[in-house]
Amino acid sequence: MTMKQPGLIESATFSRDVIHEIQRAAETGIYDIRGFGAKRKVPHFDDLLFLGASMSRYPLEGYREKCGTDVTLGTRFAKNPIKLDIPVTIAGMSFGALSANAKESLGRGANMVGTSTTTGDGGMTPEERQTSKTLVYQYLPSRYGMNPDDLRKADAIEVVLGQGAKPGGGGMLLGQKITDRVAQMRNLPKGIDQRSACRHPDWTGPDDLAIKIQELREITDWQVPIYIKVGATRTYYDVKLAVKAGADVIVLDGMQGGTAATQDVFIEHVGIPTMAAIPQAVRALQEMDMHRKVQLIVSGGIRSGADVAKAMALGADAVAIGTAALVALGCNHPKWDAEYQKIGSAAGFYDDYHEGKCPAGISTQDTELAARLNPEEAGKRLANYLQVLTMEAQTLARACGKSHLHNLEPEDLVALNVEAAAMAGVPLAGTGWIPGKSNY
Amino acid sequence: MEFDLKTQTVREVNQALHDLPKDKASEVVVNGISGDHNLAVGMDQPAKITLNGHAGYYCAGMNKEAEIIVNGNAGQGVAENMMSGKVHVKGNASQSAAATAHGGLLVVDGDAAARCGISMKGVNIVVKGSVGHMSAFMGQSGCLVVCGDAGEALGDSLYEAHLYVKGKVESLGADCIQKEMRPEHIEELSALLKEAGSDEDPYSFTRYGSARQLYTFKVDNASAY
Repeated sequence: MTMKQPGLIESATFSRDVIHEIQRAAETGIYDIRGFGAKRKVPHFDDLLFLGASMSRYPLEGYREKCGTDVTLGTRFAKNPIKLDIPVTIAGMSFGALSANAKESLGRGANMVGTSTTTGDGGMTPEERQTSKTLVYQYLPSRYGMNPDDLRKADAIEVVLGQGAKPGGGGMLLGQKITDRVAQMRNLPKGIDQRSACRHPDWTGPDDLAIKIQELREITDWQVPIYIKVGATRTYYDVKLAVKAGADVIVLDGMQGGTAATQDVFIEHVGIPTMAAIPQAVRALQEMDMHRKVQLIVSGGIRSGADVAKAMALGADAVAIGTAALVALGCNHPKWDAEYQKIGSAAGFYDDYHEGKCPAGISTQDTELAARLNPEEAGKRLANYLQVLTMEAQTLARACGKSHLHNLEPEDLVALNVEAAAMAGVPLAGTGWIPGKSNY
Repeated sequence: MEFDLKTQTVREVNQALHDLPKDKASEVVVNGISGDHNLAVGMDQPAKITLNGHAGYYCAGMNKEAEIIVNGNAGQGVAENMMSGKVHVKGNASQSAAATAHGGLLVVDGDAAARCGISMKGVNIVVKGSVGHMSAFMGQSGCLVVCGDAGEALGDSLYEAHLYVKGKVESLGADCIQKEMRPEHIEELSALLKEAGSDEDPYSFTRYGSARQLYTFKVDNASAY
């Protein structure tokens, strides 16, 4: 990019990025497909602040007094709810989109800190089951690799109705990532594009879904929790219907959530921010007297312990990370910068997951590239990161006087701007004003 | 072994079925069925199960090994995601029959509704009557045999599934074309008809399959999607 010269004013409407995209579209005749999550700036947890204790609240001593982090998921119907040591889980990402080594790394990292990981569109691999102590099996519209044996091996079943990066959209695993093994798992010829449908093939609405959930329970003899994952859009109504359909756990994925390969226009323009979705979900649960009875897992752009704590203060029981977990494994690491440059990107910007050329060996099926990722080392990096997220969240909770992360509450938060105050339903900092709720 | 859903619950019946031995073919009869959902789902035993009455949604869902006979009609998603074994509906089947099923055989003596064999992944389906619209949508592999007529958009976005239809096809979906019936297809179809207990003449069927033009995304094909 050229340096800005004095007297040359860049258009806010037609910025260089916009001009570049118009030129790219004019040359190729196809929309931009990419991985990663939303890149535009939207109201986020950064727009919220914690009110640490001073006089009116009594803080807990850091490094001395306990702040609990455990969470139990699926207490509504399942005989065997999931018990996790920390409330940060690994979101569903498919073998196919990710290399086998990357999937193994996620399992190893999650195990080390006592949390769960989740399968994805490609089904469950034996390695993944073996390396993941607690594994959530996704039941997706494509049903690639779906079989009752794996269903019975799962610790929980996540019925995926939507994804934050593309609510209402399906997926496409481009042919270049379809190796023999991926093709075999998905019952499709090698090398052709594999479409993941945008809707489930055998139900058409929430009433059908209730029966489908009962089927999954019957097959598994009511042993394991059933999650329902929705992309954040009409969250209030979706959550109410998910509860009515019989969900044990609701997974709410905000618009900043990641994806393996989706149209850029979809990633950036469909769905609502994670922060805006949580209060809607919590309100729906509270109105049904189901808050904390049907647990809420929130995902989509979670990066730090502050994000974890803020999501939980707004009413989530746990969070899930996807993109951040890949970054912890080594995605976009500077040590691969020269290789990123060779394929037209740079460390910190790489998002062409669909091309299967990931220099870090994560979003690829190329055996040489995949071998660059050592599952033990990458797993350890992920475990370190998960530990930091948890410790950061604990630190913030103690400062608010909370002996468990679940004791955080909206009252602990204020907003830096009117938009965040309105979306999160917390007062604008320095006031008691919650837009749309109270007169100050 | 006999059950009666007038006095027992679906949960009790399914649990008893799941507890059957895996190493021998037990015989089970379930009476008193009146549209109950999720009957005999998740079987992993070579049992022969006779369901007397009309079954609700997802009957025989994810079946493995078992032979399940429905003496009546079956609701939505019968034999969905079946892996192996056989499901025989003596009446009609509702929509999404054998959706995403990976193996085994589904036989429907009557008609099947819309989206029969949707996203089929290796299952064989023989419908002695007609099927509704969008049947075999995104079908990946396996065979759909229709002795009657097929509704609109048959085989839309088909991958490698084989479709054989005796009667009229309302319309073909994107990328689905009529194909030559070669000897290996006559052989395949004959075997399926025989297994399904049908005496239809395999030479009276027409084969449909994928033109394979949509296998990789090309801008030139944008208008076909």
